[in-house]
Amino acid sequence: MILDTRPAAPAHVPRARPRRGPRIRGGGLASLVFLLPMLVVFTVFSWLPIGQAVVMSFQQTNLVSDATFVGLENFRTVLSDPLLWTAVENTLWFAFLALLFGYPVPLVAAVLMSEVRRFRGLYGALAYLPVVVPPVVAVLLWKFFYDASPTGVFNTLLGYVGVDALPWLQDADLAMPALVLEATWAAAGGTIIIYLAALTGVAPELYEAAEIDGAGVWRKVWHVTLPRLRGVLLVTFILQIIGTAQVFLEPFLFTGGGPANSTTTILLLIYDYAFANSLGGDYGAATALSLMLAAVLAVFSAVYFRLTRGWGTS
Amino acid sequence: MRSPILVAAALAAATVLTACGSDDAGDGKTVVKIAIDPGLEQGAVDAYNERVAQFEKAHPDIDLRPQEYNWEATTFTAQLAGGTLPDVFTVPFTDGRGLIERKQVADISGLVAELPYAKDFNPNVADAGKAADGKTQAVPIAAYGQALHYNRTLFTQAGLDPDDPPSTWDEVRSAARQIARRTGQAGYAQMTKDNTGGWILTTLDYAYGGRTEKISGDRAESTLDTPEMRAVLQDLHDMRWTDNSMGANFLYDWGTINQDFAAGRIGMYVSGGGNYGQLLTQNAVKPADYGVTVLPLADDEDAGVLGGGTLAVVSANADDAVKAAGVKWIDFYYMAKLTVQDAAVLDAKTLAESDAPVGAPQLPVFDKATYDEMLGWTAEYVNVPLEQMTPYTDNMFDQPLLTEPTRSTQEVYGLLDPVVQSVLTDRGADIGALLEQAQADAQALLDRN
Repeated sequence: MILDTRPAAPAHVPRARPRRGPRIRGGGLASLVFLLPMLVVFTVFSWLPIGQAVVMSFQQTNLVSDATFVGLENFRTVLSDPLLWTAVENTLWFAFLALLFGYPVPLVAAVLMSEVRRFRGLYGALAYLPVVVPPVVAVLLWKFFYDASPTGVFNTLLGYVGVDALPWLQDADLAMPALVLEATWAAAGGTIIIYLAALTGVAPELYEAAEIDGAGVWRKVWHVTLPRLRGVLLVTFILQIIGTAQVFLEPFLFTGGGPANSTTTILLLIYDYAFANSLGGDYGAATALSLMLAAVLAVFSAVYFRLTRGWGTS
Repeated sequence: MRSPILVAAALAAATVLTACGSDDAGDGKTVVKIAIDPGLEQGAVDAYNERVAQFEKAHPDIDLRPQEYNWEATTFTAQLAGGTLPDVFTVPFTDGRGLIERKQVADISGLVAELPYAKDFNPNVADAGKAADGKTQAVPIAAYGQALHYNRTLFTQAGLDPDDPPSTWDEVRSAARQIARRTGQAGYAQMTKDNTGGWILTTLDYAYGGRTEKISGDRAESTLDTPEMRAVLQDLHDMRWTDNSMGANFLYDWGTINQDFAAGRIGMYVSGGGNYGQLLTQNAVKPADYGVTVLPLADDEDAGVLGGGTLAVVSANADDAVKAAGVKWIDFYYMAKLTVQDAAVLDAKTLAESDAPVGAPQLPVFDKATYDEMLGWTAEYVNVPLEQMTPYTDNMFDQPLLTEPTRSTQEVYGLLDPVVQSVLTDRGADIGALLEQAQADAQALLDRN
């Protein structure tokens, strides 16, 4: 993760001599030996399954009987499934809501916390605490909060201020914002820590200079803090987009995609293709949709980094 | 030097891995992984372990290894594909034929045919475990008919008579309204998630006289959009939106509705008639709270009770020794107690001594006479509140029992989940449009499969 976005000071780097002979000379063999365990782990647990998924997306298989090659049929099946577009819409809605609430909240919290002189460590620990709570436990906890009866935790609190009980997860319009609220609570701590670390890299002289120029808090944040954080903000933005496009845990555990498919996301649909049918799932369709999602995200990331190439530094 | 340590560690790891993958315990015994329900109360676990010990004593060449397993639509296929199921496990009737056709379970028909009661199964029940050639590859171990479970304490608190439960759907509706108003709990609740929404909706459709599929020859026609199904959904809609008697949770599955019922948050719900055992061993329901009655049936000659059951099967990966040992375990644990007096008494005695439930009502997998005989053998060990179950047990054999839909059953159930969720969470849900769409989707599914 990039924590300090200041441009590196130019340094004199001697031009490397053209390499001659096999690469294993000059310590290459030792490097390879040290790399080997990691290569094996990555090959077995990451690259091989990815390769298998690509193959499987062109097959019809239940992983027990022999697989048959079906060409592009799985891709056609997925693209003609009306639920796909519901899932795409829901995922985009989740991503939008998460950007709207989940993106600024950690930034504001980090900026405020960096301004605090006392107990900064305590605030940091408190902000990070939800990240330490196991996600399944957090969801179970929030299910209690979201209890839709008038005696539910949130509804009791709303009752104190004269607001009627809300159906939370039991309503197609409210369910997704409810998921985003929990997801923001659960993930904000990690992003706050990243921002706090980046903020320590902002030279105090810049703030002093701004103060001498008569800048207030808001102008200091706008003209000093945000420009210095720009690189980190760009990275956390794309990480959030990729993360929200793959949202699974919250809809799976809170609502199972309901009510009436209003929280069925792309990853939940992939899961349903593979596992919802107890007689052997459609692993071909599941891997086909996974590949399509990966391709879209890869293209999006490439375009994003190309467009923002010059924005990383002030 | 690290290398000798590394080599030793690698060898140790290899040995462990080899041991895990073997069916041989190393002492010549055949290792068989068997299924035990997860989350059981200690008494039920003790009773199970005692039965395992009794089996191993009778079969010293077999080493049983209990493994937690519970059939769930969403985890079963992952376990099946990943090869992590026990060697002997159970599946619902709806999955029997599909698993057999896809060769996802072992062919144990030869071994099953040698069992003394192989030809005595109730024909309706036996069909669920038969291959296309008529051979039994999956053993029916239990059958159920859907029933209406109710909380006697909530009935009393609401001013209703717990000994006179509702016998029509109008009475269910008015009782639900009364419970909701007087106790603040859900008068009636219904499963809606993980295919259970379709399962219960189909049950109600049957009870109103409808059917969800029509089979003619090889062709299956989806009949979800019928006047009966519309009436069911309209009644649910009215209970939810006019009476507000269905509580606040409309995303229940089997586990969570059992939990809330046992916790006294639900007045009535529909599930299998033998559910008391699960409610007690997994959800610690208070026996005094529990009541069950037959499912109300509409005044329609086609109305009936949806019935299903459980099959015991052996994993497709099992070798001959494991298959043979697996069938012996099925015979010993699941079947002998239904047909052999000594086994029935031993099973009931073991369960009762561990305070596990004995005597919860079931439908017979053989004939009613065999079932009644078994009840006679075990009568002295019965520890469930049978008198509170009489509204069910006195009438369950009088109701016409209908089998579950046979084609793409779980997938069609899955299509119905969002339909019932829509009706319960959207006041303006268009029941006609929802059913029209569900029927078109189901027909596409039936045509494809």
